[in-house]
Amino acid sequence: MAEKTLIEAIREALDEEMARDERVFITGTDIGPRGGVFLATQGLYAKYGPTRIIDSPLSESSIVGVGIGAAMNGMRPVCEIQFADFIHPAYNQIVNEAARMFYRSGGQYCVPMVIRCPYGGGMGGGLYHSQSVEATFAHVPGLKVVIPSNPHDAKGLLKSAIRDDNPVLFLEPKKGYRAIKGEVPAGDYTEPLGKAKVTRQGQDITVYAYGMMHFYCQQAAEAVARAGISVELVDLRTLNPLDKETVLASFKKTGKALIVYEDNRFLGYGAEIAALLCEEAFEHMDAPIMRLAGPDVPAVPYSRPLQDWFMPDVHRIAEAMRKLVAY
Amino acid sequence: MLEFDTADVRNRNSHALEAPSPAALPATPSPECLREMYEVMVRSRRLDERCWLLHRQGRIGFHISGIGHEAAQVGVAFAMRRGYDFLHPYYRDLAMVIALGMSMRDVLLGSFGKQGDPSSGGRQMPNHYCYKPANILSISSPVSTQLPQAAGVALAEKLKGGDRVTVTCIGEGATSEGDFHEALDWAGVHKLPLVVVVENNEYAISVPMRLQMAIERVADRAAAYGIRGVSVDGLDVFASYAAAKEAIERARAGEGTTLLEVRVVRITPHSSDDNDSTYRSPEEKAHVRAQDPLPRFQKQLLEMGVLTPATIAEIEQCAQAEVNDALHYAESAPYPPVTWAMGPVFAE
Repeated sequence: MAEKTLIEAIREALDEEMARDERVFITGTDIGPRGGVFLATQGLYAKYGPTRIIDSPLSESSIVGVGIGAAMNGMRPVCEIQFADFIHPAYNQIVNEAARMFYRSGGQYCVPMVIRCPYGGGMGGGLYHSQSVEATFAHVPGLKVVIPSNPHDAKGLLKSAIRDDNPVLFLEPKKGYRAIKGEVPAGDYTEPLGKAKVTRQGQDITVYAYGMMHFYCQQAAEAVARAGISVELVDLRTLNPLDKETVLASFKKTGKALIVYEDNRFLGYGAEIAALLCEEAFEHMDAPIMRLAGPDVPAVPYSRPLQDWFMPDVHRIAEAMRKLVAY
Repeated sequence: MLEFDTADVRNRNSHALEAPSPAALPATPSPECLREMYEVMVRSRRLDERCWLLHRQGRIGFHISGIGHEAAQVGVAFAMRRGYDFLHPYYRDLAMVIALGMSMRDVLLGSFGKQGDPSSGGRQMPNHYCYKPANILSISSPVSTQLPQAAGVALAEKLKGGDRVTVTCIGEGATSEGDFHEALDWAGVHKLPLVVVVENNEYAISVPMRLQMAIERVADRAAAYGIRGVSVDGLDVFASYAAAKEAIERARAGEGTTLLEVRVVRITPHSSDDNDSTYRSPEEKAHVRAQDPLPRFQKQLLEMGVLTPATIAEIEQCAQAEVNDALHYAESAPYPPVTWAMGPVFAE
């Protein structure tokens, strides 16, 4: 198997799905000859041309709205929002329209579309190129929210998202686009939506994470393993619908949970995991459920030390792991 | 009765392209067609009036009216290939959806929130029409959201090489929304087979047009997007039909989008929850009522010899009987089971 970066795996998935299914087309800002600001669609315009790789007007609401309409007329649009920070003008189309279409039409119309979106901080992007929006959208019934943490999963999950009959928000940890590398099988394979994965077996504590934080958690788990701490790591992969079974099974095994996410801590995704564990596995609880998350300031500041203060990192995650295991 | 069959979902968005091409529409509708248009207008009007009554009697929870819009809607609907072209409707499009094949029973099932309501099975408020068999797409309540979607439906049609035209309707208030402008931008750039009908009744609930836009004609906005703009008297069936026919034929021929403003009147308050006497004078309301397109069309058809007093009476009688039948049917229908509220939320 070839080793690829996260962004290469995403590009490969897009390319293979477009070759496999002529209903798939991509639209978004700068995705044409430019190949996307992160080069996710690099080379695809030359291969598939302007009727399948459509540079959109700079208007997020209509990028999604047009995708919804095209999906209802038999296509499989993949819509790119250039940065998660710019998704908010499209909120109404995503939440009020795409996510509700199947339900509100009594199943007459479904919306098989993917909204791809780079998200997260650590790239010097400041307040408006660093945001994490997963909790906002994972709250919405009818919208699947998927976040890959490695190239293998990114390819398989994106293929599943494109083939799914529902709208899927596919959030990509942009700091990991080139930083995260891994083996990616050539050719077609899928990873199921709605399934978490235990990526590291352990006995002492369970750590739940996704995206870039999962990548850091792997390194932190390695670091604390040298001190004899056995970490079980669960990569959530799909935030909605949540794989409760895998989440609960790991907690029942260790009795101690740490949830790591870079979104703001208050009402973040970790709150849902914590509530689930309290409600359905209370008798297995061996320590307070802990969250390590971004602080509750509006977003990641630009200046380097300020950004470093905001972002959970390997060191801080390892510290939280040690604190939890010592409880 | 609408049955929820998830096994069928995968096929739900596939629209077959095998429908035969119709004969070219005549410049002026045939006498038979004119009579049918009149029948639709009368049926829509009588049903609409009954809905107001049902609301005042406390039997239905909400109604929003198309009274005063019927001539424009009938003109547009009869210029479409009905059941073949798409409609992304407006909540006032009662005559339009009836012309496209929804029955009075269908509409009233929605008004009562009863099982079998084809629009949503009682999940949406009344008048949020959706009816897949007639290619009527689903709409929500925030206005203009259907416009980028209609552009997307039209874009997909172009990408597929099909010849279905997408017609979408809004009120003039909705032209203030960003989605209106974003959709027209796409339509212009990609020369989409789309007709955007603005049913301009000069009021967005209580806000008059002069506080909504600083221009006289909504159609003037088209120039900014490189699309065609046309403004017609929407109280005139003939003018509405001719304008819609031209717009739809141009769209089908690959000549792009038309912003078609049909100037109508809203004879009723905005909705059953509105009291328009707080912002419209009795004189203004009388003036609006005097412009009612239904008697105007009736007079034209009498003069043309398409209708006689006897046929008018017969059409009235049939419409009333149909309303009574639909009311009995919908009121007697069961409510949906609570399991229907549970979903499914996702298409499986």
